[in-house]
Amino acid sequence: MNTLLAHLPALQVVVPLVAAPLCLLAGRAGLAWIIAFLAAAFATVAAALLAYQTLHHDPISYAMGGWAPPWGIEYAVDTANAFILLLVSAIACLVLVFCRTSIPKEIRAGREHLFYCMYTLCLTGLLGIAITGDAFNVFVFLEISSLSSYALIAMGGQRKSLTAAFQYLIMGTIGATFFLIGVGLLYMMTGTLNMADLAKRIPEIQDSRPILAAFAFITVGLALKAALFPLHLWLPNAYAFAPSGVSAFMAATATKVSLYVLLRFTFTIYGAEFAFANLPLSWVLLVPAVIAMFAGTFSAMFQRDIKRMLAYSSVAQIGYITLAISLGTNAGIMAALVHIFNHGLMKAALFCAMGCIFYRIGSTRIDQLAGLGRQMPWTFAAIVAGGLSLLGVPLTAGFISKWYLVQAAMQSNLWPLVALIVVSSLLAVVYVWRLIEALYFKEPSLGNEAVVEAPMSMLVPTLLLAGANIYFGVDTRLPVAMAENAANLLMLGLGQ
Amino acid sequence: MLQEILDHYNYWIAIMLMMVGFYTVVARGNLVKKIVGLNIFQTSVFLLYISMGKVTGGTAPILDERFTVYSNPIPHVLILTAIVVGVATTALGLALVVRIKESYGTIEEDELDLMDGET
Repeated sequence: MNTLLAHLPALQVVVPLVAAPLCLLAGRAGLAWIIAFLAAAFATVAAALLAYQTLHHDPISYAMGGWAPPWGIEYAVDTANAFILLLVSAIACLVLVFCRTSIPKEIRAGREHLFYCMYTLCLTGLLGIAITGDAFNVFVFLEISSLSSYALIAMGGQRKSLTAAFQYLIMGTIGATFFLIGVGLLYMMTGTLNMADLAKRIPEIQDSRPILAAFAFITVGLALKAALFPLHLWLPNAYAFAPSGVSAFMAATATKVSLYVLLRFTFTIYGAEFAFANLPLSWVLLVPAVIAMFAGTFSAMFQRDIKRMLAYSSVAQIGYITLAISLGTNAGIMAALVHIFNHGLMKAALFCAMGCIFYRIGSTRIDQLAGLGRQMPWTFAAIVAGGLSLLGVPLTAGFISKWYLVQAAMQSNLWPLVALIVVSSLLAVVYVWRLIEALYFKEPSLGNEAVVEAPMSMLVPTLLLAGANIYFGVDTRLPVAMAENAANLLMLGLGQ
Repeated sequence: MLQEILDHYNYWIAIMLMMVGFYTVVARGNLVKKIVGLNIFQTSVFLLYISMGKVTGGTAPILDERFTVYSNPIPHVLILTAIVVGVATTALGLALVVRIKESYGTIEEDELDLMDGET
């Protein structure tokens, strides 16, 4: 048991990685699902154990293959990435339960096992990005998760899924290549790829041009992957035309992991002083973040497809997270991490609920789901809970993140920013209300009279996710304790 | 000035390829040409990495008592991984192009946009 625990950081990634080809070999949907689910469940347990360990003990350093860092690849787990690992694997696990029923209806028959193979690979990639302490390893896992997510989106069954996947492939590859250039320049100047080692060596040469260029390339590359305005163009179509389970999984995790890497590079590797005192990173992130908050919200108001509406709302929410990062303070990082967690919960719940509706009526267009709220009361309840959380109504998880965000802005004496956050949150009422009005207050449209509640196997994960939005709005100990601890660690940096 | 450019010719070539590739991705409407551009863009990064592994007077990094100066093998290994990633990206991109051609009947971006707008 103890040896198993000692190798937990490696198993966290290796188990889903091995499960992926096994899903392929299984050849049948049922068996492949069981393998994928076991892997995701294992990852969740492993992440919970790692999170517990890092919260109560020191950060963990694991030498992959026994090669001591900085020569070998190090897996470095502290509260910051344990938090992300927990979010990613728990969401993956719940959404997978949802996929068992929804996927056979959304992708071509006989391909379910391929779907589960790609899904576990995507999970592997995201977990790997979060856990690794090696800059180049981040790139490798970034591409594992990206390539599998392009394939997952293309499985959407509609013709537009293909063009959406292609567009994402082009932009995603450019982003990843930018990141690769940045890492290359860092290696050229420091001769190391280990993050802790990089953090030690950068301060000596921090004014040299390649180091500055590397920072620019890495920030832009990651902003592309994280869909920060104006680099978000791939996101709306990708989320709108992917299978519902994939939208839920990716909206909750994929962009969040990129934002985590941005945090890691900015604060741990380069250090807050370099990025915020020597360079104007604050403004570089702040302006697009504020535009994203408003542009995302306004675009969301005018969407006729609800999945697309939620995707634009994601653009706005990523704006909030980036805004928190741009403050460059301890409170800012904490707000960013809390919102990464809470936004994952709300978007997963909402996309799953839309998946339930899609399962019944085969569409998520707003004019076709009129009056369905009365026929599908539980799904409607999940949408209300997720919607309220999205707005930041008290007693929901969204309120907690807005609270910390506003507090962080106040601490930095940026009062106009507080006003902007509140105004954009109020504007979000418009699109959430549009959805609720259509679902509950409009007369049912023709042909939908026979629609009943979604099957139990889809409803349970949806309600669990929606419930989590309420639960973490009341009992905030877990996200706040982890985010607080992680913010302190990130602010401290590794270089000092 | 000219000498400076010539001394670092490998980096200049890398940057030129980078821009050629990037331009092709952005400016070309044909999806296959976009993939080709993406490939050139990625290849330029391979060159950048391989350049930095070069040690003047160094030989191939194979252990032998006759040589003491070796090129740095790490960038080569890194870029082997990146090449594999590039091949996978190209394969997936082309597979998507085939599927797009099957369902739309065209691979020109402006025609695709038009067709998507109608539905």
